[in-house]
Amino acid sequence: MKPKLTALVVAGMMAAAPAMADLVVPNMSYRTGAYGANGTQYADGFNDYFTLLNERDGGIGGEKIQVPECETAYNTEKGVECYEATKDTGALIYNPLSTGITYQLIPKVAVDKKVLYTPGYGRTSGKNGKVFEWVFNAPANYWDGASVAIKYLLDENGGDLSGKKIALVYHNSAYGKEPIRTLQGLAEKHGFSLSEIPIDAPGQEQKSQWLQIRRDRPDYVIMYGWGVMNQAAIQEAANIRFPMENFIGIWWSGSEVDVMPVGAKADGYKALTFHGVGKDYPVYDELQEYVIDPGKASQGGEHVGSVLYSRGMYAALVISEAIRKAQELAGVSEITPEQLRDGFEQLDITPERLEELGLPDFGPEIKLSCDNHGGSGMARMQQWDAEAKAWNLISEFTEPDQEIIAPLIAEDSEAYAKEAGITPRDC
Amino acid sequence: MLYREAGDFKTSYRDDGQTFPIRLDRWAYYAALAVAFLIVPFIINDYWANAVFVPFLIYAIAALGLNILTGYAGQVSLGTGGFMAVGAYAVYKLMTSFPEINIVIHILLAGGITAIVGMLFGLPSLRIKGFYLAVATLAAQFFLVWLFNKVPWFYNYSASGQINAPERTILGFAVTGPATSAPAKYLICLVFAFALAWVARNLTRGMSGRKWMAIRDMDIAAEIIGVNPLTAKLSAFAVSSFFVGIAGALLFSVYLGAAEVGEAFGINKSFLVLFMIIIGGLGSIFGSFAGAAFMVLLPVLLKNLLVGGLGWPTDLAAHIELMIVGALIVFFLIAEPHGLARLWALTKEKLRLWPFPH
Repeated sequence: MKPKLTALVVAGMMAAAPAMADLVVPNMSYRTGAYGANGTQYADGFNDYFTLLNERDGGIGGEKIQVPECETAYNTEKGVECYEATKDTGALIYNPLSTGITYQLIPKVAVDKKVLYTPGYGRTSGKNGKVFEWVFNAPANYWDGASVAIKYLLDENGGDLSGKKIALVYHNSAYGKEPIRTLQGLAEKHGFSLSEIPIDAPGQEQKSQWLQIRRDRPDYVIMYGWGVMNQAAIQEAANIRFPMENFIGIWWSGSEVDVMPVGAKADGYKALTFHGVGKDYPVYDELQEYVIDPGKASQGGEHVGSVLYSRGMYAALVISEAIRKAQELAGVSEITPEQLRDGFEQLDITPERLEELGLPDFGPEIKLSCDNHGGSGMARMQQWDAEAKAWNLISEFTEPDQEIIAPLIAEDSEAYAKEAGITPRDC
Repeated sequence: MLYREAGDFKTSYRDDGQTFPIRLDRWAYYAALAVAFLIVPFIINDYWANAVFVPFLIYAIAALGLNILTGYAGQVSLGTGGFMAVGAYAVYKLMTSFPEINIVIHILLAGGITAIVGMLFGLPSLRIKGFYLAVATLAAQFFLVWLFNKVPWFYNYSASGQINAPERTILGFAVTGPATSAPAKYLICLVFAFALAWVARNLTRGMSGRKWMAIRDMDIAAEIIGVNPLTAKLSAFAVSSFFVGIAGALLFSVYLGAAEVGEAFGINKSFLVLFMIIIGGLGSIFGSFAGAAFMVLLPVLLKNLLVGGLGWPTDLAAHIELMIVGALIVFFLIAEPHGLARLWALTKEKLRLWPFPH
């Protein structure tokens, strides 16, 4: 029995890495664990867009795209395993949808020469392409989000926030801590006071934090949450009768799964977003025709059109446009990660191009360069309508306050360069 | 027939007291060491190192540490994750504050710092026992995680509270940081695991181990025959935390490279290591390795079989994997409540009699 078992073990481990041709874009997803409800929708959108390209256009530039999926459960150790298991299969790019895993992969991708694309999450200073050659976080990052939220509040208050109290409710992890410095800088600039309220993962229990909010009576609450923490926070806010229209979530706290459990009381809750919402775009007709009707949708297509599905699809769209650009620049269809990085650095997704792709006014214009890997950082506000069970966009794309963010990015990326012994590139 | 003591003559007390009294066992041990040190480093690749060997060796060290405390000295601890965090943050602070000093010294110092912290949290064990002690160590777990999250000095004031391991070398080979080769990663963990297992084996069969076991079996009787509970319990906490601290330091610096305390060293880590020693076998060095292998390798193996081999959807495979691992744990504990080490010992007993069992 023993040799047989050993043989089985060896066979099982060897089966980890089937060789692949084509363009390989691994999908490091999480459909299980505390964040599975959110991760599933994103992964479905990501898969379906590539399925659409394969079915409708035969891939990109004639090359089929393979999207092998690997389950991380939002766990950094499993994330490392997934990365190691897929990196030798010709993988071009990684999108782990976890700030923790991103931090782990940033040094690794620089050595292995793989592109790391972290739209709306990850290490904010990854925007500085001089230091983070392989990391891209367009169209927006955490600090942009914080700044756009404050700008929105400035507009609401006639340009003056002095004397106001704003509370930041955050996931007590690398992700949630990211906006603190920006908000502190903005508080100093605009004269509001900021209180920071951490919530330990996974965040089901928030009674004491909301008791504190009830006592302090902040004018606004900004939330950086993920997974079950979001619904718990919105529920608690409803319980203490905090006015929902003064409660703003980052884009990771603004999906259907977050507000639905709270029901009618969540009406008026606001969240940032860096892409459009709803199914009112031509691309959904094509998805219906090529992917959903033939039964090729990821996991049966039950989440098509949700906020997180749209976000996964948008990430896939940006990646596919970068692949297209890279093919154009290199003149070959089978590109390497180096060529994909060049494609990203030359990426220019104009509003016209978005319209061609069937997503008019879906995202901001993305124009990247060698030193700017993060784009303009524009985001907009959406508001939940509990009766219609739909998110409505309530502001136009807004530029963040680069006066505050740019020096912070320079400082943080310099600190990383020093720590990791990187000499910044000339751009 | 082959596997027995007969004919293997011992001519000195030293021979008589050796760890592997049976010749075949000794050979197997030397062969395993030779393979581990001389063959594996030449054939290992990144996947095998990062997904299989490095986590296995690191968790084996942590399991050894907890086994000394719980298995040998009988003090239940749920603070393993917190103590691993102490090791990780200690090595991070040392690495970044004194970059010119060798990383091996830093890792050992991190173990020493953890030993001091462990002793501090071990003090309640002089007054409380059993479940109450478990709760006290649980408090240590939550306090330490909170501390490393709360005080920015521990993570050098980085914006996100993450700690990143810079590159450090031994004899010119990188052992931490992204450029580390698979053999270097594997070898440093192997050397630590081997040395610590050797230390643990010799400690536990010597006087201090006998004191710990006396305390575990009946502390009043132990006190009457002259075992000082203060030194015995605190030394168990110190040695155990030293091992666990080194495991935490290696987990952060060599294996993960970046860590966030709540995620990497949360309560789940404490339970994971506790499961390892329960499944492997309490009070057994071999059991620590077997338990670590079971808990680290089985999920990876199942994942590869179900997703890579059978092509199942990843979420279904992940759920089934949890169920299979859980069912196997229950099965093993019913079939052999004393763990894999006991199963192994029974197998050897039977082998000695084979093929004439009567």
